[in-house]
Formats: sequence, C-alpha cells, structure tokens
Amino acid sequence: MELFSKKNKEIFLSPLGLNNPVSVQVLGICSALAVTSKLEPALVMGLSVVIITAFSNVIISMLRKTIPNRIRIIVQLVVVATLVTIVSQVLKAFVYDVSVQLSVYVGLIITNCILMGRLEAFALQNGPWESFLDGVGNGLGYALILVIVAFFRELLGSGALLGFQVIPQCLYDAGYINNGLMVLPPMALIIMACIIWYQRAKNPELQEKSN
Amino acid sequence: MEYLSLFVKSIFVDNMIFAYFLGMCSYLAVSKNVKTALGLGVAVTFVLLVTVPVNYLLENYVLKANALVEGVDLSFLSFILFIAVIAAIVQLVEMIVERFSPSLYAALGIFLPLIAVNCAIMGASLFMQQRNFENVGESVVYALGSGIGWLLAIVALAAIREQLAYSNVPAPLKGLGITFITVGLMAMAFMCFSGLTI
Repeated sequence: MELFSKKNKEIFLSPLGLNNPVSVQVLGICSALAVTSKLEPALVMGLSVVIITAFSNVIISMLRKTIPNRIRIIVQLVVVATLVTIVSQVLKAFVYDVSVQLSVYVGLIITNCILMGRLEAFALQNGPWESFLDGVGNGLGYALILVIVAFFRELLGSGALLGFQVIPQCLYDAGYINNGLMVLPPMALIIMACIIWYQRAKNPELQEKSN
Repeated sequence: MEYLSLFVKSIFVDNMIFAYFLGMCSYLAVSKNVKTALGLGVAVTFVLLVTVPVNYLLENYVLKANALVEGVDLSFLSFILFIAVIAAIVQLVEMIVERFSPSLYAALGIFLPLIAVNCAIMGASLFMQQRNFENVGESVVYALGSGIGWLLAIVALAAIREQLAYSNVPAPLKGLGITFITVGLMAMAFMCFSGLTI
C-alpha cells in the first residue's frame, strides 16, 4: 500500500470541493459563520480545526478496535475535548488577542459536527493514515469556506485584509464608504448563501429537488 | 428587575441563533415543519435549563482558582467537565422523560440524544463562564431566556419554510441556499432589538 495512492488522493481532495463539509454536507456551520468578520481569526480557527480533526481522527482510528460500541460517543467526546483544551491553551499562550476574539468558539470546536461526523463516518472504519488524510482534508475544506467568507467580509466591511488597509484613501475621498453591515452577523449568512449558490450553479448534481 | 432585563436580553438581543449562530446544524436540519421544530425547541430549552446551573455550580465551587483546594486553579479542565456534564444530563433527562412521559419521549424521538452535541448547549455554558454571573438565579434566567430565544427562532424558520415549499426558487438556491438567505434576513430583523433595555 503506497502512501499517496489514487484512493488516498481522493480522500484528501474531495472535501475541498464536491464533498465540502460546510457548503455541501452542512456541518460545522455555527463557528464557520461566527468567526469570519475578520480574516485573522478565521485563519487561526481554520488551522485549529485542521489540527484537531486530523489528530482526533488518528487517535480514534487507532483505538477503533478497542472501543466498545455502546460508549463510543463518550470516548470520542473525551478525545476531542482533550485536543481542544490543548489547542485552546496554546492559543491563549501564543496569540492571546486572537483567542479573545474567538471567545467561546474555540471551546465549541468540541461540539463541531464536522468532528463527530468524520469520527463516526470515517475514522471508525479506516486505518490511521487514511483517517489522517481525511481529517486534514475536511479541516482544510472547512478552513477554505471560512477564509472565503472572511475575505469578503473584511474587504467590504472594513476595507482591510489581515488588518492592513487595502482600499486606497483616494477612493474614500471620492465618496466610497465601508459597508458596516458586512461586519454584522446577518451578512455572514448571506455570503454563505452566495457561496452555496455559486457552487450549486456550477455543479448541478448538488442541487436539491425540493425547498 | 435585573432578572427581567437579563431574560429579555437573552431572548432578543443575544439570540443564540441570530447573534451567535449556535446550534446551527440542527437548526437547519430540523426546521422543515413546525411540529418537530417545536419539539426540538422545547427539548433544547429544558436541557439548557438543567445544564447551565449545574455547570455554574461546578465552575464556581470546583473549577475556579482557590475554589476546591487553596492555590489550585482547575479552570483548564472546564471543556472536558462541561461536555461530560452535558452528556450525562442528556442521558438522565432521556431516561426520566421516558419513565414519566412516554408520549413526550415518543414525540422528541431521536432529537433528545442528539442534543448532547448541539453547540447551543455547550455555548450557553461557555458564555455563562465568560460572563461571570453573580448567582445561580442569574444563570437559570439566562438559560431559560436563551432556550426560549432558540425555540422562537426555530419555530419561526420552520413556519417560513413550510410556506417556501410553494414558491418558485431558482434551482441552485433550492433547499440550503434559500434557507440561509431567509435566516440572514431574519437576523437583520432581530438586529433592531440591539440596545434594548428594560
């Protein structure tokens, strides 16, 4: 078995596109919407989720033959909660400002449905290496959506990217105004709807039959 | 009076769905008809009402610095302890409801166990920790308010989606897309409550 066989590549790449955990499977929406008013917290959050999905997948996959079926949910929650605690402590120690901005949403990674979904659907049936790829892939798929939403919200809402002003002053002098609504919660939902709209218009097989 | 203010604030201003997007997954999945939405809403409110005060007591008498043993700060354990309490209480509530009200148990069905991984429940406990409520009463009022806010949001969305079934939505927006736009517009409407005080 080679490390990057065709099947493994598929496992890794499909969550980035047609099988995206956020826009297609509708998992982990809560934090995807809440942390995206600026690009920096979105990047940190995305990275944290990649790390946690990857390692929780690996741990559960290694334990999958020893966990009794009836208590597996509790075991999964404990593994995830431990990893989240570690990540949260690291964030507090090294990027304190961002961890304040993320507030409760770091802790809420525990109840992020992507994690439980991948553990239940993938890690319990597959070996550690495949599970690792699956975890990284799904984490990146999640991060991708976060970054897209945050990019538009920060650009249109405060005219900046990662804190640096990108819209030149002369535009403001000519009468351009930042759209303050972009920073508020409702626009996160509407930008998300536009991403889904675009993706489904390009891939008609994803469209739903009924409302 | 403070309790009333906190109560109204947690329903309308700090609405779990429209201001913090908590519990979005089940919110989107279970809002296709009003009856099931109402069932889930009631279950969420009930579990919130039990877990938040319990976690409040744990936070203040076990986890906080110097609370249990002088000079020991256990607050880094809060995630694990909170999720364990929530999972245990959901299990307990499930057994109690099954024993004393089989009809309610049948109506809630699969939603009851799924509440353990609903972010609104965990989120409320984490907000409780962040906001440093002064006594158990405040945490009870906060839990009740957020639960009712969540219930209101899911029932409202379910009612709109029932009507949407008859409208002609562009194909790529069908289902998820239009639901997101609807929730966005509802959130915008709820923004007019911000700054509300009693």
